[in-house]
Amino acid sequence: MKRFKKPIWIVLALALLVGLATAAFSDDKPAPAPVAPVMGGATTVAPAVATAPASTAVPAAAAAPAPEPQGDPSGANTGVASDAVGEAPGSPTADDLAKLGKTEPLALKLADSVGHNKIAINMVWTLICGFLVMFMQAGFAMVETGFTQAKNAGHTMAMNFMVYPLGMLGYWLMGFALQMGGVGGVASLGAGTGVLNNEFIVHLFGKDFGIFGMNGFCLSGITYDTGVFTLFLFQMVFMDTTATIPTGAMAERWNFKSFVIYGIFVGAVIYPLYANWVWGGGWLSQLGKNFGLGHGHVDFAGSSVVHLTGGVIALAGAMVIGPRIGKFNKDGSPNAIPGHHIPMAIVGCFILAFGWFGFNPGSTLAGADLRIGVVATNTMLASAAGAFSSMLYMWKRYGKPDISMIANGFLAGLVAITAPCAFVTAPVAVLIGLVAGILVCLSIFFVERKLKLDDPVGAISVHGTNGAFGVLALGLFADGKYGDGFNGVAGTVKGLFYGDPSQFLAEVVGVGANFIAIFAISYIFFKVLDKVVGLRVPEEVEIEGLDMAEVAVRAYPEFNIKSVHH
Amino acid sequence: MKKIEAIIKPFKLEEVKDAMNKAGVTGMTVVEVKGYGRQKGHVELYRGAEYDVSFVPKVKVEVVVSDASVDGILSVIEEAAKTGKIGDGKIFVYSVAEAVRIRTGERGETAI
Repeated sequence: MKRFKKPIWIVLALALLVGLATAAFSDDKPAPAPVAPVMGGATTVAPAVATAPASTAVPAAAAAPAPEPQGDPSGANTGVASDAVGEAPGSPTADDLAKLGKTEPLALKLADSVGHNKIAINMVWTLICGFLVMFMQAGFAMVETGFTQAKNAGHTMAMNFMVYPLGMLGYWLMGFALQMGGVGGVASLGAGTGVLNNEFIVHLFGKDFGIFGMNGFCLSGITYDTGVFTLFLFQMVFMDTTATIPTGAMAERWNFKSFVIYGIFVGAVIYPLYANWVWGGGWLSQLGKNFGLGHGHVDFAGSSVVHLTGGVIALAGAMVIGPRIGKFNKDGSPNAIPGHHIPMAIVGCFILAFGWFGFNPGSTLAGADLRIGVVATNTMLASAAGAFSSMLYMWKRYGKPDISMIANGFLAGLVAITAPCAFVTAPVAVLIGLVAGILVCLSIFFVERKLKLDDPVGAISVHGTNGAFGVLALGLFADGKYGDGFNGVAGTVKGLFYGDPSQFLAEVVGVGANFIAIFAISYIFFKVLDKVVGLRVPEEVEIEGLDMAEVAVRAYPEFNIKSVHH
Repeated sequence: MKKIEAIIKPFKLEEVKDAMNKAGVTGMTVVEVKGYGRQKGHVELYRGAEYDVSFVPKVKVEVVVSDASVDGILSVIEEAAKTGKIGDGKIFVYSVAEAVRIRTGERGETAI
């Protein structure tokens, strides 16, 4: 314990105290006027609200002055007749409810039940999908540990484990508020989510640029609502996916102390910022409304929000921390450092693919949105195509179907389809997977041979390169069958090849903004962290293995020869 | 008494054991080992970069036999362990000074 520097722990403790104080003493004040435009995050249920004047879920949608949104901690009052409006072509409209309801009070009561059941289906769906995404943490732990050396297995596992609690606490303290605090409500999860209506906005060129949200710190005060809590759980596990990506790129040399600080910071600040811009009603989501660029930056389940962000943080981290000892020769040529447990890594891949069925279909935030069938199937098709094309590529180019690269190709297909999964046809999903599988191989060689960066598990290429490719693919191939009213823009989402080049432009802007903002923040953060705490373990610890020195236990105590080798 | 150490391919262990049992060997000790010979292992590609597989997994079989039976058992092992390909392994023979059966206290060839 003596070796720990006190100031770090004091800072962390203070941060926690401030958070708790916020929770205890201040009720978030609802914004005086509706500030956020209608935005459903990843949901497409929002448009239904936008055209339904009766709904009081989203302040901006109401023509008449809407009552102040209120959280519903028990859930008993969530889901009412207005939630049944627009459910199906033959569903009653708001006018129907108002006019016919007077003569048929029983129908009104039944509509209340229908509305309640719809919200219930959506909430159950969103929660179960969130649980699946949570389990992806196990997949990441196994992939990253399997693809690294036995002597560091305890440490790699420990990082993958602790990033879950650390990131979550950071996200609870402030990350969720920054991301979703100004979304203006998620109609599919009930009217109570309308309390998330406080966005910090900068006015430029006569337009509004939402930068971050301000309701929901510590999930306290007015945000004590079943829908908000459901949304928190779902968004939290997405954030944690981002948080655990850099641990792969920086594995086998990162000291645990600076990792802990990173873990809280990524959940509290780095991730929520860009997530607000795309899913929280921020400026990228409004590119369509404000500047006529398609539906704004559309990212259905997070190719850019989750994966590109993770990949860019990983890139900055790998640059600042430097390569592992022995990775590059004096002439700059790379050496292979084989992973120690391929079966573990492959099982991890399957766990990730399973979790992805929560990741993508869950991003409707609505089980009543039947597009989930298309989303889930496109997701699995792209993963198959990614594995297949990377296998062929490695076999042809290097003589053997390198299973570690195929695993990366499989994941690359999943990453790339994450943004477009709801907007493309099955053949295009396969095409996106095929391209992703080869792209990830080329990117891994580029990162290693040209950039001279050491990324033991290929995180930068799987998540960064293919995350960017995923949103660009949406901008090219969105087929105009889905997303009516997405981000408050009328009509369905169409890509460049389906008649809307401006949608592609919006995707390009989103990728650029991500790279510039996330890279700058992460690079500076890691540089400062390196100066203040130090990023790397001492050389002798790295050579001997991090397990004993960093986490006080060897992963495989009975296999000394194996664990010290290399 | 002689001690025979045969370093063989792991998948040949069962055949070698059966052949030696037939030839009258009553017991043996087996160790999993790693090593290389004249080939110095080989080079593999992992994620497009080369690495040396210098230590190849082998099994080392140790038996102690009477002077009279050494030649016969050597050829039995040789025959059973042979594939004709690189990496079939090697056999070494050493003299043994003494043997003791701990349970009975017997010494010499009767103890093996």
